[in-house]
Amino acid sequence: MTIMIDTGNRIAAKAAVMAKPDVVAAYPITPQTTLVEAIAEYYANGEFGGEYICVESEHSAMSACIGASAAGSRTFTATSSHGLLLMHEMLHWAALARLPVVMCNINRVIGPGWNIWVDENDSISQRDTGWIQLYCSSNQEIFDTVIQAFKIAEDPRIVLPVMINLNAFILSHTSMPAQIPEQKAVDDYLGKYVPAWKLDVENPVTFGNIIGPDSYIKVRYAMQEAQLQAKQLIPQVAKDWEKRFGFFHGDLIEYAECEDADTIVLAMGAIGAESKLAISELRRQGHHVGLARVRVFRPFPTEAIVALGKQAQLIVIDRNISVGNEGALFTETKAALMGVPDATIHGYIAGLGGKDVTYHDIESMVQHVQKGKTAPQVWYGLEEGR
Amino acid sequence: MGKTGSWRVFKPILDKNKCVKCLRCWIFCPEGSIKREPDGSVSIDYEYCKGCGICAKECTVKAIVMQREGESE
Amino acid sequence: MAIKDIPVEECILQGSAACPGCPATMGLRLVLKALGRKTIMVVPACCTAVIESLYPNTSFEVPVMNIAFEAAAAGASGVEAALRKQGKGDITVVAWAGDGGTYDIGLQALSGAFERGTNFIYICYNNQIYSNTGIQRSGATPYAAWTTTTVGGKAEFRKEMGEIVLAHHIPYAAQTCISYPEDIYAKVLKAKSLKGPKYIEILAPCPPGWRFSMDSTVEMGRLAVDSGAWALWECENDVMTFNGKSKLLLEGKVARKPVEDWIKHQGRFSHLFKPTRDEEKLRVIEDHVDRTWERYRGLYLKK
Repeated sequence: MTIMIDTGNRIAAKAAVMAKPDVVAAYPITPQTTLVEAIAEYYANGEFGGEYICVESEHSAMSACIGASAAGSRTFTATSSHGLLLMHEMLHWAALARLPVVMCNINRVIGPGWNIWVDENDSISQRDTGWIQLYCSSNQEIFDTVIQAFKIAEDPRIVLPVMINLNAFILSHTSMPAQIPEQKAVDDYLGKYVPAWKLDVENPVTFGNIIGPDSYIKVRYAMQEAQLQAKQLIPQVAKDWEKRFGFFHGDLIEYAECEDADTIVLAMGAIGAESKLAISELRRQGHHVGLARVRVFRPFPTEAIVALGKQAQLIVIDRNISVGNEGALFTETKAALMGVPDATIHGYIAGLGGKDVTYHDIESMVQHVQKGKTAPQVWYGLEEGR
Repeated sequence: MGKTGSWRVFKPILDKNKCVKCLRCWIFCPEGSIKREPDGSVSIDYEYCKGCGICAKECTVKAIVMQREGESE
Repeated sequence: MAIKDIPVEECILQGSAACPGCPATMGLRLVLKALGRKTIMVVPACCTAVIESLYPNTSFEVPVMNIAFEAAAAGASGVEAALRKQGKGDITVVAWAGDGGTYDIGLQALSGAFERGTNFIYICYNNQIYSNTGIQRSGATPYAAWTTTTVGGKAEFRKEMGEIVLAHHIPYAAQTCISYPEDIYAKVLKAKSLKGPKYIEILAPCPPGWRFSMDSTVEMGRLAVDSGAWALWECENDVMTFNGKSKLLLEGKVARKPVEDWIKHQGRFSHLFKPTRDEEKLRVIEDHVDRTWERYRGLYLKK
């Protein structure tokens, strides 16, 4: 193990290169740029031996990854915000085509107006595509999760693309230390990529031609089954990783001080990490508060959420809004708890547009709830003005 | 789509005596329903021929004529 | 090279969903005879995606990856990079797209793949419409043609896609037509022999799209070339050569037939003839072709 002190983007790039994809096809967009630039440096110095395609748009980035993966190669790309939105069609395509493409998405605000800071509307908008979605909260977790993503995606029970989300700037551009294993350990961990299907002149098959309704529903069902399998596999992968490399960042959910909690905060990404500080402070004040950081949003960790909802009142913080309804984590948590009639769930919208959410803010939200001053969904920080 | 010969309204009839083995019908058939024979001539696969008539039109010696299905020669 | 020397083996099976008289299957049969089985095709949304027929059947005997409408060249870039990294660079990668997926929605991906020097053959079979979706206008639709979205006749002239491709200075670009199998075969073989991006555009007269009798596909292609409405040429490393009848037209050795002789057989232009002749539009059409060939002579005629 060596220690790398670098930004989330550059650590993600290191992980991607160590996974030895045959093909990387990417298009730059702030604040993903330093990730793909790092890969370009590795390409130039020979540390990355694959093909690096500087495509002319994000739609083409995903299309090229689809082509490369279909031809039987391990592939990787990265994007953010508008880039992710531009490739939306091809996200659906990659998942329906059952291609294990791995991608880092730097969660960035969608315009107009132009805004390069963090919120999660970009990736949340992709939750229906069939991609497995993970949200990281530290640079160590980023490294570990990128490598794990290939393992999960390529598992013959899964064969679905995986998106690793890192919050803009807070993670992408912040230096933290990460322990990097030896290349051989990563090689041994991932093994050689064996595609579930591929374009092969020895066995010519047409992929993706016209399909009738009776067959198509089976395609969708198979995808759903694969995501449900991932709910079993991801915890196994996390546990195995801890044994091999010594780090555990939670599996579907990372729990902090939840054992005797009567109030549990549900959050993702950087807000999840920040919540740990809030929880510590609130515990010092005598509150029985815990944090459940949702690490895997797709497949949705229904069973784990139900267990939490039975135990404690939940405070869900969403850094996204499905306009016309609610934050996605809030809605899906409530849906999961339909069978728990006395579950209490409070929803907060916070941090949209990159507005900073500190542990003081999270403490305030919890104290707000403790004092009984809640509404069905609170927009935190709106009344503070610009 | 199965045996597309059922699509036909008109059927190509080849007169082998007139055929000069130029193979234009073979190369132009959109379906690949004209087969090359070992002696250099051609034959028509009526199970799949859709009856478009391009072979008849492109034959320079009029060795192929289109006949409405059901009518005798 | 004679027609009899073209290989017998078929890589496109009979019984596809293609219309009777379809130029696409005509072209596919020929192209795959030139390329052989060590070929992987990338096919975006277009008639061919339907011609492949309904799962679990296929009419193709080479591997085909279907992809979204605008993404053929980008998908092909990915396939080619993967094969090269796997040491399988001897497999020919072909993107096969209609004029919609080439001139319009697919233009960005095509331009990018060419600029990056992707080692593949891009073949556009051009029936001058969005045929798969039901005969809507495309950037390849000629002036005055009826389509379902230009009901009174298209008001604009078509793009010169071949010349857009020339601006990328790729090793090989060519225009050909379904009516000239020896020309197509030779051009595909030539493309296969070169490294880097290659472009071949095949004019593909479409019976339901242009509204002509299904037996006249080949004749419509010949008349397009005879009238100068379509040119046969090839450009290898920026050296341009016009072929066949088009060469004679370029050099002024023969006069072109009137475009009217081509379009009068097509229902998509019938409004120019019935109930009365639209002399002005017919004149505009002929003038435009004349000016096009003057421009070609200025650019491409060897002095």
